[in-house]
Amino acid sequence: MSNPSDNPSDKPETAHVDQPAVEQSPENLPAPRGEGTEVRSAGQRRGMFGVSGTGDTSGYGGMVAPIVFPGASQRPYGGWFDEVADALEARLGQTDLTAAVESVVVHRGEITFHVRRQDLPFVAQMLRDDEALRFEFCSGVSGVHYPDDAGRELHAVYHLLSMTHNRRIRLEVSCPDSDPHVPSLVSIYPTNDWHERETWDMFGIVFDGHPAMTRILMPDDWPGHPQRKDYPLGGIPVEYKGGSIPPPDQRRSYN
Amino acid sequence: MATTQNDSTANQQDLYADPSDTTQGKVFTVTGQDWDSITQGLGDSADERVVVNMGPQHPSTHGVLRLILELEGETVTEARCGIGYLHTGIEKNMEYRSWVQGTTFCTRMDYLSPFFNEATYAMGVERLLDIEDDIPEKAQVMRVLLMELNRISSHLVCIATGGMEIGALTVMTIGFRERELVLDLFELITGLRMNHAFIRPGGVAQDLPPGALDEIRDFISLMEKRLTEYAALCNANPIFKARLEGVGHLDLAGCLALGLSGPPLRSTGYAWDLRKTQPYAGYEDYDFDVQTWDTADAYGRFRVRLAEMHESLRIVAQAATRLADLEGAPVMVGDKKIAWPSQLAIGSDGMGNSLDHIRHIMGESMEALIHHFKLVTEGFRVPAGQAYVPIESPRGELGAHVVSDGGTRPFRAHFRDPSFTNLQATSVMSEGGMVADVIVAIASIDPVMGGVDR
Repeated sequence: MSNPSDNPSDKPETAHVDQPAVEQSPENLPAPRGEGTEVRSAGQRRGMFGVSGTGDTSGYGGMVAPIVFPGASQRPYGGWFDEVADALEARLGQTDLTAAVESVVVHRGEITFHVRRQDLPFVAQMLRDDEALRFEFCSGVSGVHYPDDAGRELHAVYHLLSMTHNRRIRLEVSCPDSDPHVPSLVSIYPTNDWHERETWDMFGIVFDGHPAMTRILMPDDWPGHPQRKDYPLGGIPVEYKGGSIPPPDQRRSYN
Repeated sequence: MATTQNDSTANQQDLYADPSDTTQGKVFTVTGQDWDSITQGLGDSADERVVVNMGPQHPSTHGVLRLILELEGETVTEARCGIGYLHTGIEKNMEYRSWVQGTTFCTRMDYLSPFFNEATYAMGVERLLDIEDDIPEKAQVMRVLLMELNRISSHLVCIATGGMEIGALTVMTIGFRERELVLDLFELITGLRMNHAFIRPGGVAQDLPPGALDEIRDFISLMEKRLTEYAALCNANPIFKARLEGVGHLDLAGCLALGLSGPPLRSTGYAWDLRKTQPYAGYEDYDFDVQTWDTADAYGRFRVRLAEMHESLRIVAQAATRLADLEGAPVMVGDKKIAWPSQLAIGSDGMGNSLDHIRHIMGESMEALIHHFKLVTEGFRVPAGQAYVPIESPRGELGAHVVSDGGTRPFRAHFRDPSFTNLQATSVMSEGGMVADVIVAIASIDPVMGGVDR
C-alpha cells in the first residue's frame, strides 16, 4: 500500500516517458476514484502489443503506463463496513496490536483489510469469535503473485463470511519473495488445511504452523511453484503445413 | 493394492503376481473381488495394520480420487484423500487468454455444473467492470434458467452415481435418463451438452432459439411426474435407508469449521443458501424455498437434493414465464466496447458466424470491422482491482476470486470450488465406520474431481 507521504514524482508512472496526450485520453486513464482515495502502484505496462526490442514495429514500444491498484480508502467506508471496522479497531485498541491493520480498501462494494502478517492469527481469531464480528466461515485462501510489488510480492487473500450478520470481508496479507512465510490459520479455520497446501503448492508461500505442509495438486517431487508469474506456462509450438504457432505464453499478446 | 505395515511404492511386477515382500511389508495386489488371497496370505500377521489404497482408478470414488484407508478388520481407523490426478492448470492457463476466453476454460472445471463456473467468473468480471447494473434482464433470466436446469442435472448425477455405488442400479439408469433430457435442452439453447462457455462477461452468448420455451415447458411437465419416481423408489426404501441413515454424519459446527456448504450444510437443518441470503442474478425475484433436513447424514443430503430439484423446477417455470414476455430483448450488455461483436447463425454448413454480420463488417462499416478485430483479438480491458462473487452451486459456495491489473487478461483467477473444500470432510465422515460406508459418505459429499483439482 502506498504511503500517503510518498512523493508522486517517485512513482514509476512519471519516472519514464512523459506522454501527456496519452494520459489525457479518457480511455487510458485509470478508473476515476472518489475523494480521499489513493492508488497502490505495482509495476508498469510497456508498449501495447506485448513485444519489445527489435521485434516491435508497432511504434507503441515506448509507451509506459503504470499499473495501479485501488489504494487505501478513508472513512466513512459506507454501510456496515464502518461497523466492522469500528468493532475491529475497538478490539485491537484493547491490545497492543493497534497497527495490525495496515490499510482498508473499499472497492466495487467489497472491503479488504490489509493485515500485518505476524498479526494475522490474532486478527482472524478475533474476527471469528467476537460477537460484533462473528466471521465464522472462511472461504479459503487464494495466493496472488505480484512480482513488481517490491518487498510484498506474495499475497495471501482470505474471504471471510459472517453468516450471523450476513457480511463478507476480505483479508489480505503479503510477504516478500525472500521470506515467503505467513502464519497458518488452520487452528482457527480448519477448512484452510487444503487451501493453504494448495497455496504452498502453487505459490510457494510457507504457512507456518500448518500440520502437514505438503504439495496437494502437483506431484510430491515437482520442482517449482506453477502459478507464480516467473514460472512459464509451458507448451510446445504447434506445426501445421510448415508454419508453427508458438505456445500461448510466447505468443504476441496484448498486455 | 493392499499393504501391511505401510503403504508402499507401486508393485512393479505383474498385476497377477503372487504376494511379494518389500521393505515396507508384504504387498498384495487385488484386482476385482478376490480378497481371499489376502486373508490366506496374511496368516499370522493378520492383526497387523492394513493400509488399503482405493483408487485413483476405482468406479466408486467419483472420478480420480485416491483414498488411503487404514483398516482394522472392516473398520476404517484412518482415511485420507489423495487428489491432484485431474489437475489441468486451468487457473494458470486463464492468465494467458483474454477475459472472454476465460469462460471457455473455467467451464471445464466442475464438469457437472459448467454454468455455475461460468456465472461466478462472469459476475466477478462484471463487478470489476462496474457493469453489474447494466446486464440486461433477459440475460439474467436466462442465466437463472440455465443454472437451475444445471442444478437438476447435477443433482441427478449425484443421486444416480450414489445409487449405483450402493447397488441401486435402477436409480442410476433413471437418473441418467432424466439428465439426458436436461442435456438436450442445453444443446438446444447453447449448442453444446457440456463445456458451453455460454454465460460471458456482459450477458450470455446467444438469444434463445425459436421453440426453446415450448421444449422447456414440456420438460417441466414431464419432470414433475418423473421426480416423484425417485421419492417413490428411495425415500422409504428400507435397504436404501439402511445404507444411508446415520452414515457420514457431520453436524453444523463441523460443517462451519471445515467450510462445508451446500447440501451437507443444509442437511444439518441450517437454511443457508446464497440464492436467498445474498441474492445474485435476480434470484430475489423468484419464489422458492430453501430445503433443509435435520439428520446431518447421507440420507438427509439425499433428501435435500431431491427437494431442491423440485424447487429448481419451480424456478425454471417462473423463468420460462418471464422469458415469454422478453422476446427480442437484448441478452448482452449495450456497451459495444465489452459486448462480443459477432452473432452466430445457422448457415448451409451448420452453425457459424452470421453472414449478415460479416457483410456488415466487410462491406459496410470500417469502424465495425475495427471494433470486431480489437474485441476478438485483443479483448477489453478490465480496471485493476479484485472481486469475489460467490454463488450457490449444486455443491455449495462456488466463488471466483478474479484479480485484474488493468490489462486484457486476468492477472489471477482463483476458484474456490465447493468440491475441493467439502472433500476435506472425508476423514471425519468416515473414520470409525465400515469400508462400505466410506463410499456412501463420499457420494453424499458429491465431489467432482474436475472441480477439486482444477
